Amino acid sequence: MNPNTRRVQAIFRKELREYRRNGSIVSTMAVIPLIFVIQPLIQVFALPASAAAGLSHEHVLLYLLGIPALVPAFVAAYAVAGERQQGTLEPVLTTPIRREELLLAKALATLLPSTAVAYAVYALFLACVELFALRTVASALVHPAELLAQLAFTPLLAGWTIWIAIAISTRSNDLRVAQQLASLAGLPSVAVTTLIALNVIPATLGLALAAAAVLLVLNRLGWRITSAMFDRERLITGTR
Amino acid sequence: MREIKGLTRRFGDRFVTSGRVAVSDRKSGAPALSVHGLSKRFGDRVAFQDISFELGHGEVFGFLGPNGAGKTTVVRTLGTLIAPTSGSATVVGIPLTPENGVAIRRRIAIMPESPGLYLRLSVAENLECFADLYQAPDPTDRIGRALRAVDLADRAGDACGALSKGLRQRVALARALLSDPQVLFLDEPTAGLDPVATHDVHQLIDELRRRGVTIFLTTHRLEEAERLCDRVAVLDTTLRTIGRPDELRERLFAKTLTVRTLLPLPEPGRVLAGLPAVDGWRQDGRAVYALAVSDPAAAAPAVIRALVKAGADVLSISESRHSLEDVYLELINQHEEANRR
Repeated sequence: MNPNTRRVQAIFRKELREYRRNGSIVSTMAVIPLIFVIQPLIQVFALPASAAAGLSHEHVLLYLLGIPALVPAFVAAYAVAGERQQGTLEPVLTTPIRREELLLAKALATLLPSTAVAYAVYALFLACVELFALRTVASALVHPAELLAQLAFTPLLAGWTIWIAIAISTRSNDLRVAQQLASLAGLPSVAVTTLIALNVIPATLGLALAAAAVLLVLNRLGWRITSAMFDRERLITGTR
Repeated sequence: MREIKGLTRRFGDRFVTSGRVAVSDRKSGAPALSVHGLSKRFGDRVAFQDISFELGHGEVFGFLGPNGAGKTTVVRTLGTLIAPTSGSATVVGIPLTPENGVAIRRRIAIMPESPGLYLRLSVAENLECFADLYQAPDPTDRIGRALRAVDLADRAGDACGALSKGLRQRVALARALLSDPQVLFLDEPTAGLDPVATHDVHQLIDELRRRGVTIFLTTHRLEEAERLCDRVAVLDTTLRTIGRPDELRERLFAKTLTVRTLLPLPEPGRVLAGLPAVDGWRQDGRAVYALAVSDPAAAAPAVIRALVKAGADVLSISESRHSLEDVYLELINQHEEANRR
């Protein structure tokens, strides 16, 4: 199925406008990343110059991949359950939009701000490290390979989290329950990125390529499976 | 296109019907809506059962029934939002199947009972989104026309959350007009509107009828259905009746002449019984008589002559019209009695 660009753009624009004016979504997207950043920053600032040698063998910055693995869950959980709750889903479904287009638009509208926030927080972290950490610590902490990993994996991880959250949102009758379940569903990804950051799982090029390939496939599958789970009749009548 | 009554002329690519019910399609000869034995069940619960009817292009069709009768479910089914359990239908000539959902929804519009607007967005932003979903050509112009049609052009920049219930209802109506639909489903379009706004909506429906739009109107306002609809149907899980309001009245109630005299007649039976076209009579007040007649035009002169001859001072004689409300209540009562038996 080729999605109709105009219909996808219509929902995409509408979602961004709604998110921008929704205080709870804006605050969630602002607060959660800060939680991820503050603790590592304090640790980095406290590190003595002698710790630099040890740091060069670790991947502390990959810990920040927890942001795209978790932040979009709260927003994406709103996608269907939120529309249902505010009574706006039925009018949208009376238009010619296909469920695949609707969900793709909603996923993209969550992906864009989530990725932007994750990159911005990462940039802020790097800026703080460069400006305020000891020079030796800063140069040991920032690896070009990790920078690339951060750039590549942020949208992939965010996309996967978004599809899980939207899938939960299509089956949930309550927005809060959807948001709680979706954030729980994002935790395994956070756990994996943390284990890599702590060197429990060795970060190799092979692992990175394999993980990227798996995430690409999962994202593609996520769209199809979530679309299949989207049952107009159940969503409108609350039956089946 | 075959027309039952009234004149038809071309208006752009649409037929305009100046009279009443137009029953067939402009191009293919198919009706705007054709429903055959349609049923919907949710598990053991029957939402509606075995309903059949046809609507012509430019027809305003009133769909009446008590709460829970299945009216909204019928609209949702014909709007491809839910699948029927059995039966078949064509909407704007397209068979009602899951594969045809997009094609059908492109040609129809549904205004649900609840406006369902994005309250954080402005009126214009709401309409812009839907104009794009319908892929409307020249959306700015289309939005402007829709807003003018519901008299909201000066509120385009207002957030929907700041509007009253009635204004939100009008935005929802404007939204339904964006796609220039061939069939428009209106679920309680005047609920919550003040009398002036209700009048404006009625005028809009008349205008849409003139433009050849078929309107499927679900309403609890029986005077509204009587004022607007070419035909009405009463649904109470099954279709209780369908027809023009006049036909339904004739089907259910005898025609009645009401006679008022200055003083009570001393012997009304002697004056009123046996008159031509008068089938029976009863006294409805001190000096008021209700006469069951087969033909009011033939009976009235004979009744007046007989009253004058009897020395009665006639204050008035009029044909009593049963309202659509009477028809509706009679049908629902019949149904309830049948269920009790």
